Formats: sequence, C-alpha cells, structure tokens
Amino acid sequence: MGKRTPLYGEHLRLKARMVDFAGWDMPIQYSSIIEETRTVRSGVGLFDVSHMGEIYIEGPDAVGFVNYIITNDFQSVKFGDAVYSPMCKEDGGIIDDLISYKISKDKALLVVNASNKDKDYEWVRKQSENFDVDVIDRSDELALLALQGPKAEELLQKLANVKLGEIGFYQFTEGRVRGIKAQISRTGYTGEDGFEIMVEAEAAVPLWRSLLEYGSEFEIKPAGLGARDLLRLEASYLLYGNDMDESANPIEAGISWAVKFNKGDFVGREALLKVKEEKPKRKLVGMILEGRNIARHGYKIFKEGEEVGFITSGGYSPTLEKSIALGYVNKPYNKRETELEIQIRNKMVKAEVVKLPFYRGSVKSKK
Amino acid sequence: MMKKYTKTHEWVEVIEESRARMGISDHAQDQLGDIVYLDLPEVGSEFKKGEVLTTIESVKSAEDIYAPISGKVTAVNEDLSDHPELINQDAEGKGWIAEMEMVDPSEMDDLLTEEEYKKFVEEEG
Repeated sequence: MGKRTPLYGEHLRLKARMVDFAGWDMPIQYSSIIEETRTVRSGVGLFDVSHMGEIYIEGPDAVGFVNYIITNDFQSVKFGDAVYSPMCKEDGGIIDDLISYKISKDKALLVVNASNKDKDYEWVRKQSENFDVDVIDRSDELALLALQGPKAEELLQKLANVKLGEIGFYQFTEGRVRGIKAQISRTGYTGEDGFEIMVEAEAAVPLWRSLLEYGSEFEIKPAGLGARDLLRLEASYLLYGNDMDESANPIEAGISWAVKFNKGDFVGREALLKVKEEKPKRKLVGMILEGRNIARHGYKIFKEGEEVGFITSGGYSPTLEKSIALGYVNKPYNKRETELEIQIRNKMVKAEVVKLPFYRGSVKSKK
Repeated sequence: MMKKYTKTHEWVEVIEESRARMGISDHAQDQLGDIVYLDLPEVGSEFKKGEVLTTIESVKSAEDIYAPISGKVTAVNEDLSDHPELINQDAEGKGWIAEMEMVDPSEMDDLLTEEEYKKFVEEEG
C-alpha cells in the first residue's frame, strides 16, 4: 500500500482510478483524461496535489539561505511573492525544481516534488550548516489543492475572504476559504489561471467538498494526474524525472530564465556559468509529430539516420489535437522547423521542432 | 452468432461461415483509458493466432493487440483512423478493429465464452 493524501477517501468515493505515483496512491483520472484536460482549459478543475512536499525554512537567515540554494533570485523579490526555480548541485545538475514562497524575513516555504521530497530535505538540511535556519518538513501536516482554469477565480472568490484580484501571478497571501485558514497562491502547473490552496491536512476534505459543491454552477470537475500531465505538457512546463534530472542542467533544459548569475553566490553558480559560456551541446526542444502516434519517454530521435537525441515527455494534446513531445536534441538540430524522425517501435515518425510553449492558456503574466 | 474472448482481452465474433470480426473488450478499453491512435492492420495481411495485430495508443500507454484467431484481414474499420475514441464509446460494436477470413474455425473452441471471460476478468482483479 502506498502513502495516502487526506483526500484518499474522496477519490474512492468519486470512483477515481488510483495509481502509484512516487510511492503515493493517487487518482490518475475520475472520468476521462481528455475530458478532464478540456474542463481545465475551458472552465475549472480541481486537483489533489497533497503528495507534494512542504519544507519550511525558519530563522534569521531564511531569505539569504533560500537565495543560496536555488538558482533564481529570492533576495530581491517581495514578501508575498513566490519564485519558480531549479535547485542545483555544485556541478549544475538539477536536484529538483520547486516553488519558494517568501513569507517573512525569517520564514520561507519550499514546495517540492513528491518524488524528491526526502532527497530535497536531506540536501537542504546539509546546505544549511553554515546558516542560522531550521529546516522543517511539514509535508504530512499539510494538504494542497490546485483549482485551475479560466473560471477558477470567479469560483474561489465566492468562498474566499480575500480579494483575489489583488493576488498577482506568482503571489500569495494568507486568508480563509469558507472559514478554513489557507495559504492562497496564484500558481499552478496547467498553463491556465488558477490557485493553489494550502491548508492543514484535517481541513482538506471540507475544502475539497466545498469547492466541488460551489463549483457545480461552473461545471467543475475533479481532475487527476493524467490531465495534470497533459496540461503541463501542452503548457511546456517541465516534469522532474522526465524532462530533467541530476544529469541535466537548467540551461540545456531551457529554464535559464530561472538562473540569475548576478544575485550573489549560489550552489552550482560556477558550473552553470561555464555551461553558459561554453554553450550547451544539447537543448530541450518541443516537437509536433506527424500523425497521432505518441512519442514516449526514452524514444530515440534521429536526423537522416543519425541518432541526435531522445524524447523526455510526449502525449496527445487534446487542445491542439496533435501529438506533441519534448526531448533533448543535439545542436544544431534543435533549431525551429528542423525536421526530425522519432523511432516509435518499428517505424520512424516525422516530427518538426516548434516554438514553445505548445499552448498558452489563460495563465496571467507576471506583474 | 458466436462471440468469444481471449485472455489478452480481445473479442472475436463469427459473422459469416468463416469470416470473423474482432476488437478489444469493453473491459480493455476501460483499462486503457482515452484511446488516441491505432495502427490499423493492412487489408490482405495474414496473422497467426497470438501475433500482434495492431498497437493501440492511449493517453496512458501503448498496448499491443493480438490476433485472436489465425487468418487473413479482409476489412478494417476505417472510421477509427479519424475517430479512435469509437473504441472507448463502443468497444464491442462500432469500435470493431478488423475482419478476418479464418484459417481454422476450430480455433474458436479454445477461446473464452462471455461468461468465462467475465469470470477471468474478475479473478484477474
């Protein structure tokens, strides 16, 4: 038996199909992955993402410490801002990608991938030796719900006691949702506008039920990990373990915008500076396939018979009605409009390198 | 008409003396989830019982579908090229995959009846 989120019983009640994900029993779908994907694109969907890890950094050095362990700039952002960033090893390899919340001068929160939580906690604790901070894993005490879609704000505003219009993209605030104390942030992993709502574990069920109940007039649907994966792929958000791991660096993974060399020292800075100067040999690119075969993780990419890369994620995009994929491709074949071939079982399927993201949803741009 | 099932979740139904129509079971489509693509076999191609007839791409995975009997493909369901979701909607009806001229109709005897198949699915859990 895997680990269960506080909403496990709700998933069973909704007849979700449960699968193992990073040691957790999670819903992959409630009705249909494609339907759930479309619901989030056009209306609003509700995800249980309580499997994700919450690691608090507390103490006088909280801000400086987080700035040191992530590659993005945590120092110059405001309190109430959240920052997406890779966290790297000394050699520039990616340990995880995470969202850091700047709560106060002595408190920050790291929301990390479920699959990496224990590894992250150990790594962060080790890095903290020379900083005046405590590293506290509160993952088991907290639940996280993601309310995503163009109608998410209208729905949540009916239940929340804070003005959601004042929360910008990648900002957060403390508030209450139907009286339940919550951290509400305008973040997500779908490419649509929406919120992530963090509450104490015991409040998860009443919050989940309220959102579904009040959401019925917006035709809300619970959505599972299957839809979450397609949505993030269409929006070209990377998935740790698929599109990046410790053998990849943020520059070749296409998230160099989240590496700030002028923010002061950070773990991996020297190695990444070298990568930047020497230019990476491969890049993560987006591809659209001819036909509807699906390119899955690990499939080989060819150019005129020569192996030039491999697929990291692929799927059928219900929004574009095309087969899309991400993969690492050696230079110079990473350029847009390059024709490549992907080996799918015993045949070669044509694919073209395209600009990312595949699809831009209702997600707000940063203020 | 005689309809039988395989332990690999295909169905096959004799529609004329030696001609049979086949597809995947309703249980199989439910397990696969949203189907987005399949490589239809070529008309005229020959398969032995148990050989890979086609591969179905669902959102979740690619799964091989096996020929439930030996024979030559006489027709394929062209509607599936544009509407593979027909399999999800009606796996044992409008979502049929191929028709075959059977080499040995007695192969049908080894397959599961609907009742046996239902029991098999339950036991498989």
